[in-house]
Amino acid sequence: MGVMKRMSGIFQAKANKLLDKAEDPRESLDLSYQKQLESLQKVRRSVADVTTAKKRIELQAGQIQQQADKLQQQAKAALGQDNEALAREALARRAALAEQLTELQTQHEQVAGQEAKLIDTAKKLQAQVDSFRTKKETMKATYTAAEAQTKIGEAVSGISESMSDAGMSMQRAQDKIDSMQARAGAMDELLASGALTNLSQPVDDIQAELDKVQSTDAVDNELAAMKAELGAAAPSAQLPAANTPAAPAEETPEAGS
Amino acid sequence: MIVRILGEGQYEVAESNQAHLDELDNDLVRAVDAGDEEAFVRALQALTDEVRKVGQELADDAFVPSVLVVPFADASLEETRRLLAEAGRSDEG
Repeated sequence: MGVMKRMSGIFQAKANKLLDKAEDPRESLDLSYQKQLESLQKVRRSVADVTTAKKRIELQAGQIQQQADKLQQQAKAALGQDNEALAREALARRAALAEQLTELQTQHEQVAGQEAKLIDTAKKLQAQVDSFRTKKETMKATYTAAEAQTKIGEAVSGISESMSDAGMSMQRAQDKIDSMQARAGAMDELLASGALTNLSQPVDDIQAELDKVQSTDAVDNELAAMKAELGAAAPSAQLPAANTPAAPAEETPEAGS
Repeated sequence: MIVRILGEGQYEVAESNQAHLDELDNDLVRAVDAGDEEAFVRALQALTDEVRKVGQELADDAFVPSVLVVPFADASLEETRRLLAEAGRSDEG
């Protein structure tokens, strides 16, 4: 049997279960409507979940960008102090973060795509709910019990199928989100710990990734560019340590005067 | 006949198109059986394109069951296998 026929079998089985629950086929109309409303609520919640996941990615990307910028400054400072090994370490960490950023961008696109699809699903489902609310009453009034058997059975099957489709769409979105949550959690911890920008401390989690890029041309090139920049700007300038905060001018105790 | 593409909606497709759809469906079955992801993606693309081309999209309030159901247009081979396994179980039950 073909894929399409087998797949339609899944939905028919689910629809039959729904129909079997009602003694009078006309009752199954109300039951279907009830399920439709529940389904719509679930899809709306799912849209909210996906939106939250998307925002989390955006937030994390922002944090990673910040740390990458900080590492860039640290590399420059280290080079200014003739500590090339430290500068290299900072740039390697920054390169690893750049990879993370690229990956986050891909994830962001995927989640945004899921979000758009689910919003569309919710819209369709809403239109169906609105239309079925009146249609089911017409059907109940119009059909005799005998007619109802087939006509209502068809409508209920159609609705059940739409709900199954919506359910599967939600599940897909949820699976995508779940697969990125664990990773995002680990990254959040790493970012929050500040371990990435603490150059005196090795970062085990991304060490493997770092080793990979440690000696890449990209890092070498960046180092060379940075050296050239430093050389051109101020050959013997005293650079501040990377962690020195900006001069706290606004904290001078003049508030009372 | 009514054909649903999962995640998209339902289409009314003339019976005269059935033979061609069956051919495309057979390509899909072969790709699934062979575990050939690349062929699967190609076959699924061809099938969904054809349904959209020859089909007339149904209104949201049509409330009719589909005779044929096409997987999500961007489904993976693995995902489709899982669905088909579920179809096997619901046949028994």
